[in-house]
Amino acid sequence: MNPVNYLYLAALLFTIGASGVLIRRNAIVVFMCVELMLNACNLALVAFSRMHGNLDGQIIAFFTMVVAAAEVVVGLAIIVSLFRSRHSASVDDASLMKL
Amino acid sequence: MENLIALLVAAPLLGAAVLLCGGRRLDAVGHWIGTVLAAASFVIGALLFADMLGKDAEAREIGQHLFSWIPVGDFQADIAFQLDQLSMTFVLLITGVGTLIHVYSIGYMEHDERRRRFFGYLNLFLAAMLLLVLADNYLLLYVGWEGVGLASYLLIGFWQHKPSAATAAKKAFLVNRVGDMGLSIAIMLMFTTFGTFAFGPVLGRVGETGEGTLTAIALMLLLAACGKSAQVPLQSWLGDAMEGPTPVSALIHAATMVTAGVYLIVRSADIFNAAPNAQLVVTVVGAVTLLFGAIVGCAKDDIKKALAGSTMSQIGYMVLAAGLGPIGYVFAIMHLVTHGFFKAGLFLGAGSVMHGMNDEVDMRKYGGLRKYMPVTFVTFGLGYLAIIGFPGLSGFFSKDKIIEAAFAKGGAEGWIVGGAALLGAALTAYYMTRVMLMTFFGEERWRHRATASPDQPDVEPAAEHQGAHAEPHPHESPKSMTIPMIVLAFGSVFAGAFFGIGDRFVHWLEPVTGHEHGHPPVSALTVTLSTVVVLLLGAGLAYLHYGRRPVPVVAPRGSLLTRAARRDLLQDDFNHVVLVRGGEHLTRSLVYVDHTLVDGVVNGTAASVGGLSGRLRRLQNGYARSYAVSMFGGAAVLIAATLLMRAV
Repeated sequence: MNPVNYLYLAALLFTIGASGVLIRRNAIVVFMCVELMLNACNLALVAFSRMHGNLDGQIIAFFTMVVAAAEVVVGLAIIVSLFRSRHSASVDDASLMKL
Repeated sequence: MENLIALLVAAPLLGAAVLLCGGRRLDAVGHWIGTVLAAASFVIGALLFADMLGKDAEAREIGQHLFSWIPVGDFQADIAFQLDQLSMTFVLLITGVGTLIHVYSIGYMEHDERRRRFFGYLNLFLAAMLLLVLADNYLLLYVGWEGVGLASYLLIGFWQHKPSAATAAKKAFLVNRVGDMGLSIAIMLMFTTFGTFAFGPVLGRVGETGEGTLTAIALMLLLAACGKSAQVPLQSWLGDAMEGPTPVSALIHAATMVTAGVYLIVRSADIFNAAPNAQLVVTVVGAVTLLFGAIVGCAKDDIKKALAGSTMSQIGYMVLAAGLGPIGYVFAIMHLVTHGFFKAGLFLGAGSVMHGMNDEVDMRKYGGLRKYMPVTFVTFGLGYLAIIGFPGLSGFFSKDKIIEAAFAKGGAEGWIVGGAALLGAALTAYYMTRVMLMTFFGEERWRHRATASPDQPDVEPAAEHQGAHAEPHPHESPKSMTIPMIVLAFGSVFAGAFFGIGDRFVHWLEPVTGHEHGHPPVSALTVTLSTVVVLLLGAGLAYLHYGRRPVPVVAPRGSLLTRAARRDLLQDDFNHVVLVRGGEHLTRSLVYVDHTLVDGVVNGTAASVGGLSGRLRRLQNGYARSYAVSMFGGAAVLIAATLLMRAV
């Protein structure tokens, strides 16, 4: 099977994730979309690794997973505390940082 | 002997320091300290003079190098003195007349509680003036020049509780600053042209420089001289300077200050000789001032202001002579010395009259004082005869020589300048006779003073110890005041003959200033005779006006010229309209330009940046999703750009 197809799939997943981040208001969904984008990247990296015949892409994918895990921990903690204080998980409600 | 030169300056400087820093515990002896130190300076001067006379004419110049003041690379400023015949003449005049004025002030300022301070300032004045004439370079001369300006400011405003005195001091200082600018520019020009400002190198290398530069330097020096010597157009401070105590006026007008300008021109003779255009300007300034001062002197009723006009006029003679070049330098200095004697004597006499008349200065309220003040009358009278150039007295020898030299200038110029000088001699005779008649002759107008209206409230005396309207009891002044007047009267009578007969003064000064005998188009005898004739005419006219007719106590309205002359020929009005108003308009238009153009650009920039920021601020709306859009948009643009660059 042609590895380029994996890249198409990765691009499709990334686009879905990105539009989700931009469109959805629910913080949990936005967060999931971010994860989707990360995984799309991972897929692309692994595909590149296969296409070039070396392991660089796979190693970077591992790093991405570690970073994603850390990000989930911090991000979920923020969302939970935000929900506790404001009783809402909408990202648009948290718009205090403006002039 | 060289080492004594610094002491000349140091003695009065020490006096000034001790008296001004010593505090009240010196009040009782302050005047003696000041007088003794001034006299010490005179004695040192006399010793140096005796030493100088023992040498050959060419070997008389001595110098003393004290220390390097500012040695920076090529820039060498030294504290160094030079004593030649010209400086010597000034040293003797300054310390001699200065000491007499110190002695006189002991009596004159007896009732002033700030007498110690007054003597401190007098000593400072002497020290600064001595520094000025002894310096061997223009920079040190400038130090003395500024010192003289400072001391004159302090002394003119000595009675600072009077607003008029404070204003007069400020005026003198400000007008002098204009002249000082000229001197500083001249020194800078000298430094860029010659690389030094010591007299020797600068004056010795005049020939290597173009006439344009020299003319510029000479004109700047003339501006400086105009400021200090009260020549047109910077003459306006002199009349107001009469607000100071009378000994100060005597000091300023006879020994220090106003003579500095003449000294500067004669000292820079080589520069002026090489710049004939500048010399012509000097002559014109001198001629204009001598008539200006004389006309003002004719109209003033204030005895000191009449004498001030006369000083302006006599200094005009000196500047005129200095502008004539080598035929005039010696006579300028000779007139300066004789003028020092008789003008100091006249001022001290005027002070003595005021002393006896409750500080009244209006001559219309004098009259018939010769009976009450015989010594003052005789000494003042001798000074009067000397200043009008009565044959045989000092002024005759010096002024006559200047008039001769003016005619000897040659051509139409010579006739015009000589004519002006002759006319000046007639006017001098007129206004001095007027002063003499109004003060010492005629009816005793001060007796009716109680009924006279105080028409000039600004010259009313401060009346410290006596009521302002009490009838004065004219009396002769104490010995400390009359003795200096007698000494000066001797000078006024004999100095001219001593200098003039056998050309003694010419031979004395010739090695420094150079001298050429002028050849007037008419014989010297004719000039002398016409001088005598015009002075008799002037004096006779004054007798007709003020001797034969009674003098009204209240000044008559007078002709247009008289009224203008009373207002110093509208000098202050001119300054006000042209300089003050002009300056105001200039600043106002500058403020307008500043507000519209400069502020407009600055404010416009600020407003447009502010407006743009206001628009950009909308982007910062706090919605995380809109920030995300920006990020994605930016990333997309970057990627697109990268791809595009790759493709190209």
